[in-house]
Amino acid sequence: MYRISLFVAAACFVQAAAARDLGDEKRGAEIFARKCASCHQIGAGAVNRVGPLLNGIFDRKAGQVEGFRYSKDMLRQGADGLVWNFENLDVYLENPKALISRTRMNFRGLKDPRDRADVIAYLRRFSANPQDIPEAAPTAFPQEVELDPEILAIEGDPEYGEYLASECLTCHQRSGDDEGIPAITGWPAEDFVIAMHAYKEKKRPHPVMQMMAGRLSNEEIAALAAYFETLEE
Amino acid sequence: MTLNRRKFLGTAAATAAALSAPMVRAQGKPRVVVIGGGAGGATCARYLAKDGKGAIDVTLVEPTRKYYTCFFSNLYLGGFRDFESIGHTYGKLAADYGINVVHDWAVGIDRDARTVTLAGGYTLPYDKLVLSPGIDFIEGSVPGWDISAQNEMPHAYKAGSQTQLLKAQVEAMPEGGTFCLVAPPNPFRCPPGPYERVSMVAHVLKAGNPTAKILVLDPKPKFSKMALFQEGWANHYDGMIEWIGPDFGGDKVEVRPDTMEVVVDGEVTKVDVCNVIPAQRAGKIAAIAGITNDKGWAPVEAFGMQSKMDENIHVLGDSSQQGDMPKSGFSANSQAKVAAMAIRGALLGSKVFPAKYSNTCWSLIDTDDGIKVGASYEATEEKIAKVDGFISKTGESADLRKATYEESVGWYAGITADMFG
Ligand SMILES: Cc1cc2nc3c(=O)[nH]c(=O)nc-3n(C[C@H](O)[C@H](O)[C@H](O)COP(=O)(O)OP(=O)(O)OC[C@H]3O[C@@H](n4cnc5c(N)ncnc54)[C@H](O)[C@@H]3O)c2cc1C
Repeated sequence: MYRISLFVAAACFVQAAAARDLGDEKRGAEIFARKCASCHQIGAGAVNRVGPLLNGIFDRKAGQVEGFRYSKDMLRQGADGLVWNFENLDVYLENPKALISRTRMNFRGLKDPRDRADVIAYLRRFSANPQDIPEAAPTAFPQEVELDPEILAIEGDPEYGEYLASECLTCHQRSGDDEGIPAITGWPAEDFVIAMHAYKEKKRPHPVMQMMAGRLSNEEIAALAAYFETLEE
Repeated sequence: MTLNRRKFLGTAAATAAALSAPMVRAQGKPRVVVIGGGAGGATCARYLAKDGKGAIDVTLVEPTRKYYTCFFSNLYLGGFRDFESIGHTYGKLAADYGINVVHDWAVGIDRDARTVTLAGGYTLPYDKLVLSPGIDFIEGSVPGWDISAQNEMPHAYKAGSQTQLLKAQVEAMPEGGTFCLVAPPNPFRCPPGPYERVSMVAHVLKAGNPTAKILVLDPKPKFSKMALFQEGWANHYDGMIEWIGPDFGGDKVEVRPDTMEVVVDGEVTKVDVCNVIPAQRAGKIAAIAGITNDKGWAPVEAFGMQSKMDENIHVLGDSSQQGDMPKSGFSANSQAKVAAMAIRGALLGSKVFPAKYSNTCWSLIDTDDGIKVGASYEATEEKIAKVDGFISKTGESADLRKATYEESVGWYAGITADMFG
């Protein structure tokens, strides 16, 4: 009796999953490139950037990618057993903060269910079974600004960075908590430098950040990047 | 100095620290006394202790055990925050940063002997003194009002029981009654503060007492974010708010707390609630120290917020007269970090980097309708000078306004963590 009912339940689940529109991978790839790829990499050779790499996300517990510094809330959810399946990803992508209130993922969400289904279909390609990871280059990190390699190569002075950072910490919480203002603690230095130059060149719109970045020299930006990369909570 | 020092130390943790090495500690380390545990003082004490890594003996003098932030106190009036969410204690500053937190009033400063006297009778010696005592009111600036009338006509411009009182009065207003706000002349703390308050009171009245009226009496022809507030008032509270500037007698106001009347250019009006925000000057202790000017503010140089009258005193926040920065919590916090660096440089010889200052003031007009204004500043020989700035625009999308409000919530969490650890 017991076995049979289990079997029936499993069969129902398969049916439900099959009935669901799995989404259009191709369209998902385009949405991913526009909305996700500035922080996340996926595919062969993907590494952690501002956000964790997304290979193998399906059926993984939340907060498990090695070497990535998650918010406390994300870690707690993982410990409580949150697993990334279709339903949870769908809820999370609709409004990340509704599921995990202090997640560091500063993203307003994909409101259109079709967009979400498409992105999830795309993510699935790099998940579930190892053979699904294609031998493609990782999604390129879109360069928001053309930066002279010399600028990216500047070694920041963390001591100067610590002083300069005191100005950032009026709004960006040192703990990395994100409440209406994105977390910047633990960002890779290169991403930090690119983001700051994007504000400086007014390619990113936020007026406070344009003003703050606008008066920082290349050395000062490098110093801040060096500091925030290594900042311990 | 060691006389009974531990008697007035604020917490058990601080007491234990002082007991373990009393003499050496008192004699060997440079001593900084910070007066006022608000936006400027708490931040400065924390950065001195944190970055001084134990090499500086930091004492913070603050009479209240719980500091209620003025910032977001208007949101409490509007029902967007509960009272306890704007209260902060000093436990972490003492326990995690080793700051001696002394809950007392500073009542005297001897600049020659370099000592501070407390109301409790103790004397604290200092090598450097930081003053961040906020504001006090100028007596007689609103005829008919003095501090003894603050129960009938609250100012609610220092947060705490005054803010609670004002909220209770707004909630008890008779149907169709009148709320009057007497706005202060420049300069005063938080330039958009009175107008955000008007918005929050309107929000409460619109929900529970929609025929009530709001009367704003203003001695200034223009105020901060004026176009944005006026647009918001027309959008959300059409017909409820009447603003009377100096052209119509907003600068000739007398109040009568006993009869709850306001007299505008000779004409008497009966009101139900009257929020009087008087003209302001530096916190009294700055005048007692003898470092204020004829306008009642404490002039400072721009590179480290050092008093122009005493090189061993730094003045932060509202009390200081520094140049172009508005008197805000954000400004005080920004100035505190520059001053802490300058003081560490002077006492420990640590590196001093160029001063950078900034400010952003968010205001809430109605649910999810947030606006902001901000600027960055640099130190010049003459003053702290504005470099660059921005302001929200009229006609912005609802999404952007909502994001702006959410940002302010993030800022509040950020700045209070930066102040109190
Ligand atoms: C309604 C309102 C809304 C506001 N909104 C904002 C906002 O949204 N954003 C913003 O940035 N700013 C805002 N402000 C302004 C902000 O609150 C002040 O500018 C800021 O608190 C100034 O910091 P401070 O350190 O100079 O003084 P305070 O923060 O007032 O701190 C002074 C402290 O000194 C203590 N003190 C005074 N005298 C003595 C003494 N003799 N001995 C010992 N201690 C003493 C007091 O108890 C007090 O705790 C607002 C203000 C008001 C009134």
